Amino acid sequence: MAEVLVYVDHVDGAVRKPTLELLTIARRIGEPVAVHLGPGAEAAAKVLGEHGATRVLAADAPEFADYLVVPKVDALEAAAKAVGPAAVLVPSSAEGKEIAARLALRLGSGIITDAVDVEAGADGPVATQSAFAAAFSTRSTVRKGAPVITVKPNAAPVEAAPAAGAVEPLEVSFGELATGTKVVSRTPRQSTGRPELTEAAIVVSGGRGVNGAENFSVIEALADSLGAAVGASRAAVDAGWYPHSNQVGQTGKSVSPQLYIANGISGAIQHRAGMQTSKTIVAVNKDAEAPIFDLVDYGVVGDLFNVVPQLTEEVKARKG
Amino acid sequence: MSLRIVVAVKYVPDATGDRHFAEDLTTDRDAVDGLLSELDEYAVEQALQIAEAADDAEVTAVTIGPEDARGAVLKALQMGAAKGVHVEDDALHGTDIIGTSLVLAKAIEHIGYDLVVTGMASTDGTAGVVPALLAERLGIPQVTLLSEVAVADGKVTGRRDGDVASEQLEAALPALVSVTDQSGEARYPSFKGIMGAKKKPLETLDLSDLGVDAAEVGLDGAWSAVQDATARPARTAGTIVKDEGEGGKQLAEFLAAQKFI
Ligand SMILES: Cc1cc2nc3c(=O)[nH]c(=O)nc-3n(C[C@H](O)[C@H](O)[C@H](O)COP(=O)(O)OP(=O)(O)OC[C@H]3O[C@@H](n4cnc5c(N)ncnc54)[C@H](O)[C@@H]3O)c2cc1C
Ligand SMILES: Nc1ncnc2c1ncn2[C@@H]1O[C@H](COP(=O)(O)O)[C@@H](O)[C@H]1O
Repeated sequence: MAEVLVYVDHVDGAVRKPTLELLTIARRIGEPVAVHLGPGAEAAAKVLGEHGATRVLAADAPEFADYLVVPKVDALEAAAKAVGPAAVLVPSSAEGKEIAARLALRLGSGIITDAVDVEAGADGPVATQSAFAAAFSTRSTVRKGAPVITVKPNAAPVEAAPAAGAVEPLEVSFGELATGTKVVSRTPRQSTGRPELTEAAIVVSGGRGVNGAENFSVIEALADSLGAAVGASRAAVDAGWYPHSNQVGQTGKSVSPQLYIANGISGAIQHRAGMQTSKTIVAVNKDAEAPIFDLVDYGVVGDLFNVVPQLTEEVKARKG
Repeated sequence: MSLRIVVAVKYVPDATGDRHFAEDLTTDRDAVDGLLSELDEYAVEQALQIAEAADDAEVTAVTIGPEDARGAVLKALQMGAAKGVHVEDDALHGTDIIGTSLVLAKAIEHIGYDLVVTGMASTDGTAGVVPALLAERLGIPQVTLLSEVAVADGKVTGRRDGDVASEQLEAALPALVSVTDQSGEARYPSFKGIMGAKKKPLETLDLSDLGVDAAEVGLDGAWSAVQDATARPARTAGTIVKDEGEGGKQLAEFLAAQKFI
């Protein structure tokens, strides 16, 4: 059976969930072979094997952390040359897309970015994408080379599928461009203890209507009662009320949770681009004409400072 | 020594319009008015700021697209770019990102550069990979997705806010930079800028000027192909209630019925 390369997104060997989703997709097309760059390959291989990786090609070198993007492209190119894969799957993070694009060019392969689903097809994998702020859904194929596809979080379920997951060293020699962009320093993001925005089953967001950084505690309290992640509109982020890393929308994260609760958010097209594919959408807004109400399964026209705390109390009471 | 800055700007259909696909599954550019991609305004702004901070610098704006795409370059000239280049050729219709990056790279080489500046993503295609592809093709460092950028002493430095960390980056010129919408508000063209733009040089090039084979671009030359496009089914109208003091409780009732609590 043909092998499919899966690029592993991890933090020091802790594999992030979207990579496990890619293994599910890879198994639809062929046999998953994971590529792990940086420290922690042994720990990662255990998890990757449990989810279907037959082999884990591993390389570690200071270049991966000290220089931007290109060393990882060099390594993935070496892996692709060694394996001759039927396809290469990369998580659709900002860095993942950059790695995938450069790799595709080097391999002479077509690229499809931000797939929300991938199925096997008669002429190779068929990738589904959302277009125009999720107003359309398109299906695309690659016509040249082994398809390189970047896949968004939540595109497939995580499935247990025990396989060998044997670690094999990957030989990498870095090209001249690998050391072009130096990472002079790195400040890790502080963890909030809440679920990752793009991975959460429930997202509770606040917008301009929240009216102040201190008032975001109202949004956080609801999120915590539901075990949800916290999101924000760009208006709330630009006002400095909440970090940019929590922004939902075209230039923030795109989320597709089971439940999205928008509070004090009007529903501009650029915000919708990042949340329109959520399964159930709920909004609280004091303006009955707000466009967000066109999307909702349930909407409350009212002041969020009355509605949201009452909801939070109800949730807590019902959960006991 | 003069600093040659090239900024890549895309002409896109207005996102607030009713965008859709043409029959050949390319973006329908007739149905909705076009404009300079808002995300490329940030690129123009940073290019101009870098030029203003340098002793001697010149900003050239370049776009690839059909006739009206000239509008993107014109806006960049109004904002303050010195020169414009518009690559237009019937063979370009339907070009994918791989092909776009090829033509852009050739155009940038034709113009001559020390620094290339792009936006973080186009607002229609939204791939966000043309910058990385350009750096690969030009063989220069990519310093991308910057929320802060500066150029001094032949080096570009900047801050990249990623998923798990914020990174401080550095590369020697020539280099490629892409900037995010966190990099600082873009200026509006002044009346003087708008009038002055009409007198600035705006060169139009076709594929033969750039030595690009038409077979490498267009729908037929694309390395990927859209098979079909389907409009998302309209969401069924939801229940909307007015808060009369029980709105939170009613919402909780709905969430419980949906098994979220
Ligand atoms: C290129 C580009 C990219 C963009 N990217 C993004 C993006 O990634 N994400 C994003 O969100 N936006 C993005 N935007 C901005 C977008 O166009 C909107 O400006 C933004 O989403 C508005 O945020 P908002 O809904 O919070 O604010 P507003 O539109 O001001 O809406 C606030 C809402 O709160 C309601 N409200 C006020 N007080 C209360 C109260 N007490 N109780 C209940 N309701 C109340 C009001 O009725 C109103 O509907 C982008 C724009 C551009 C041009
Ligand atoms: N047709 C084009 N003409 C000029 N610049 C472009 C074009 N397409 C993309 N770019 C540049 O590449 C960036 C990223 O675009 P994309 O990868 O298409 O999302 C944009 O912000 C522009 O700076």
